[in-house]
Amino acid sequence: MAPALPRVLPLGDAAVLVDFSDTLDLAVNARIQQLAEAIRRRKVPWIRDVVPALGALALHFDPERTDPNLDPLEATALLVKDCLARRLPSLDDLARTVEVPVCYDTEFAPDIAEVAERCKVTVAEVVRRHAASPHRVLMVGFAPGHPYIGGLDTKLSVPRRTTPRPTVVAGSVAIANAQSVVYPFTISGGWNIVGRTPLRIFNAARQPPALMAPGDRVKFVPVSRDQFERIAKAEGSGAPA
Amino acid sequence: MSIRILRPGLLTSVQDQGRYGLQHLGIVPCGAMDPVAHRIANALVGNPSTCATLECTVLGPEIVFGRDSLVALYGAAFEAKADKKPFPRNRPVLIKAGTVLATGNASRGARAYIAIAGGFRVPEVLGSLSTYIPAGFGGLGGRALKAGDVIACATDLSELSRARFGRVSPRAVREADGMRTVRWSAPALTLPYGDGFAVRVMEGRHYANFDAASKEAFFGATWKVSPDSNRMGYRLKGPQLIRGKAVDVLSEPTCLGTVQVPNDGTPIALMADHQTTGGYPKIAEIAGVDIPGLAQLAPGGQVRFVKCTVAEAQAARHAMQEQVRSIEQSLGWELGR
Repeated sequence: MAPALPRVLPLGDAAVLVDFSDTLDLAVNARIQQLAEAIRRRKVPWIRDVVPALGALALHFDPERTDPNLDPLEATALLVKDCLARRLPSLDDLARTVEVPVCYDTEFAPDIAEVAERCKVTVAEVVRRHAASPHRVLMVGFAPGHPYIGGLDTKLSVPRRTTPRPTVVAGSVAIANAQSVVYPFTISGGWNIVGRTPLRIFNAARQPPALMAPGDRVKFVPVSRDQFERIAKAEGSGAPA
Repeated sequence: MSIRILRPGLLTSVQDQGRYGLQHLGIVPCGAMDPVAHRIANALVGNPSTCATLECTVLGPEIVFGRDSLVALYGAAFEAKADKKPFPRNRPVLIKAGTVLATGNASRGARAYIAIAGGFRVPEVLGSLSTYIPAGFGGLGGRALKAGDVIACATDLSELSRARFGRVSPRAVREADGMRTVRWSAPALTLPYGDGFAVRVMEGRHYANFDAASKEAFFGATWKVSPDSNRMGYRLKGPQLIRGKAVDVLSEPTCLGTVQVPNDGTPIALMADHQTTGGYPKIAEIAGVDIPGLAQLAPGGQVRFVKCTVAEAQAARHAMQEQVRSIEQSLGWELGR
């Protein structure tokens, strides 16, 4: 059976939300990424932002370029329907694999022991399972370059911390709700911190500015403290403890 | 060819029409809070709408101009003096090299835009000149202006300024206090009149999830812009809004004007620097046509919400766009662009 058509709902008067699912489903998210790419390839002049998220896709219009005689809601609904009726671009063809070195040392991973205890595994097993999980970026949001990454080993399912930390250091890798995140800036956060990457997650002066984009496969690669420092120096991220 | 900031004011930043095409990487459009005022300020000095202006907030800056400059201060009614003489707002003004423009408090509205012939020159970051303060990029060093900052302008600033002002009809020219200006002014299009500005909204995606009393309160109450409001969002003080049943909302895309309600029941209207995604329920979406007016409210300002349809909001937006384009064309004609 073909998957049900998503609902196309207005998001204000200059955007629509293509609503696929109210719950997180990795297969549905993959389809959202494919549809996003298919829409981008159409190069519709009045669509200026195509934003895939966990269970929905937003299309933002350029109100200066929409045709006053055309109902953008109707036009987008037709566009979505047409894209879905054709063969969608393959996610395997369009997604990159991004390797993210992570130092899982306790110094960088204040919550790893608690995660291990909760999941009834050793700390080494948390590292092994986190690094071996088939991660994929589901959405980038909350802050520039901030990825929400799905595919975490189900054995590592933990909820968010009851009390968020006022500051989480940039580069921190954290897990909760069957997902991983990597903090691009030093901001507040309530996820369980299991490591830190020396890479700069977001750099406005770099092209592309975000290390990870929606749909990308992510491979977390365990590195030693020494390797962390070497990469941090080369990266200019200067993220010492 | 540059200007220098003597006193920065409350929050003055370099802005343009925003940064688009990168929301999928979590990068918000940003840009002028009152995009209409930004455009008209540019048009008043003969600039295209793509030039950068300085966005002034509630208490304006003091600036010294290094060269003869054609400038305009448009938007909120800021107290303004050029070398201690009244500086006329909402029109092109040709000032001499060395002039100090000192702006004070806004007596009506919250944001004004200072435009200069040829625009303010800052490095383009990710396709825009706008300052995004939360992540520290764009504009001048990714931050609000401070005393001592120097901002580059067109290399031929004085020639450009004199040439553009020279095209103004001689009958309209007025000279006073060492400044050359005009006898006309552009209408203040975006300043809401009186208290309780009526903001048009469409029902948000989670509107139905709120209980009957909250839905009624949302449209019945007068909301006050809270002091902790900023370029990211306006927190609105009023009755507490409660969802019938608390359902977790999967984090999803938001847009300019989304009104979301966190668990404390205080609605937040998302403004220019808003996050691209959010996990709070959306009770309403503000019509784009009323965003400039909302941006002109300072903390303490009052709004109420009136319901409209998407079609009505789109029609109102097109009507406003036509009006702005027509003003830009008239000014372009006047300044010979």
